[in-house]
Amino acid sequence: MSELIKFKIDGTECMAESGTYIVEAARQNGIYIPTLCNMPGVKPKGACRICTVRINGRLMTSCTTPVTMGMEIESNTEQINELRKSIVELLFVSGNHFCPACEKSGNCELQALGYYYQMMVPRFPYDFPQKGVDASSPYIIKDQNRCIMCKRCIKAIRDDQGRPLFAFRNRGNHLEVVLDEDLGKQMTPELAEAAMNACPVGSILVKEKGFVQPIGQRKFDHKPIGSDVAV
Amino acid sequence: MSKPVIATTSLAGCFGCHMSILDIDERILQLIELVEFNKSPVDDIKTFTKPVDIGIIEGGCCNSENVEVLRSFRKNCKILISLGECAIMGGLPAMRNGIPVEECIEEAYLNGPTVQLNKERILPNDDELPMLLDRVYPCHEIVKIDYFLPGCPPRADLIWEALVALITGNPLKLPYEVVKFD
Ligand code: SF4
Ligand code: SF4
Ligand code: FES
Repeated sequence: MSELIKFKIDGTECMAESGTYIVEAARQNGIYIPTLCNMPGVKPKGACRICTVRINGRLMTSCTTPVTMGMEIESNTEQINELRKSIVELLFVSGNHFCPACEKSGNCELQALGYYYQMMVPRFPYDFPQKGVDASSPYIIKDQNRCIMCKRCIKAIRDDQGRPLFAFRNRGNHLEVVLDEDLGKQMTPELAEAAMNACPVGSILVKEKGFVQPIGQRKFDHKPIGSDVAV
Repeated sequence: MSKPVIATTSLAGCFGCHMSILDIDERILQLIELVEFNKSPVDDIKTFTKPVDIGIIEGGCCNSENVEVLRSFRKNCKILISLGECAIMGGLPAMRNGIPVEECIEEAYLNGPTVQLNKERILPNDDELPMLLDRVYPCHEIVKIDYFLPGCPPRADLIWEALVALITGNPLKLPYEVVKFD
């Protein structure tokens, strides 16, 4: 076991094993730092920046930065919350997020962060990009309109040789996460279910399974995201 | 002091937001005590007959008439509220954004699977009909909007709380459950 160290988040004394990523260390101390691309059990990549904190004046992603002895972390400050909110807003306008028609609505982490930061309207103009839906797999629907390219599916869904079933395609503005043409053929009902659950938004859906929970019984209907963490 | 005056309209919406206004149930009696309605489908007054304090907009702009009505609301109302997902971001009608208008019209009047009676292949072209816009626009991309109340439809409690706060000048209480995007 590595040693326990002390550090501070927004002035609150915290303790965790040295080397623990800040997001996780905060969670252990009952402090919620929002995440989107991060997934427990998978090596963090720092793709979405929603977990940004300030350490020694510098903005860092807390899912990729380990705590060190005496570290002083700013997280729940007006400026950082404003920055996180603007990331949520940018994600909303850069895709096509028609929540009322989305199977993930109520269980979606991006939407839940919209609620968390009380986004009444994004400050940026809607892009309405032209994106497709691929329903060719027998088990899943891949809706590019809602993909935030967090890579969680790529990292989490693999075949028995450890090769990812999802992959990037194209570059720049045309970049997409798709079911890999060859490896994707190994999709099973079980992996489809896992992929849907790995996806924080409604970009991966199991076929014939939409809207199973009625409004009022979904994950974020009554409690904000992060309520399981905060003490 | 005279009562604050309210006007409402439904642009490219489904009237669900207006139904949600009615969903404040018996509080509607209180509302009538608090405010006076001017142009609105609620009382069927068709044109503005006096200056309005609060204009409530349901729906985004999908055609030229929507734009005209929205501009007249901006002109006649001190405060404008975008009510619901369609007013705020175009909503379901905006799912056509990204598809050329020509294709949309052909699908609706010529090629759609349920189109059977249009043997002469007529497309709507009467001067009386509003022109479809190239895409559906959120209201705040056409005129300045002062407040936004999301939801599809916005919860009745959200509408109630927001109106009461605006009218009384008291701070707005927003319980977690009333702000939703669906
Ligand atoms: S993925 Fe989430 S944010 Fe996007 S439309 Fe669905 S519920 Fe809304
Ligand atoms: S499909 Fe979902 S999990 Fe995969 S990259 Fe897109 S948003 Fe992330
Ligand atoms: S959760 Fe840390 S960068 Fe996405």
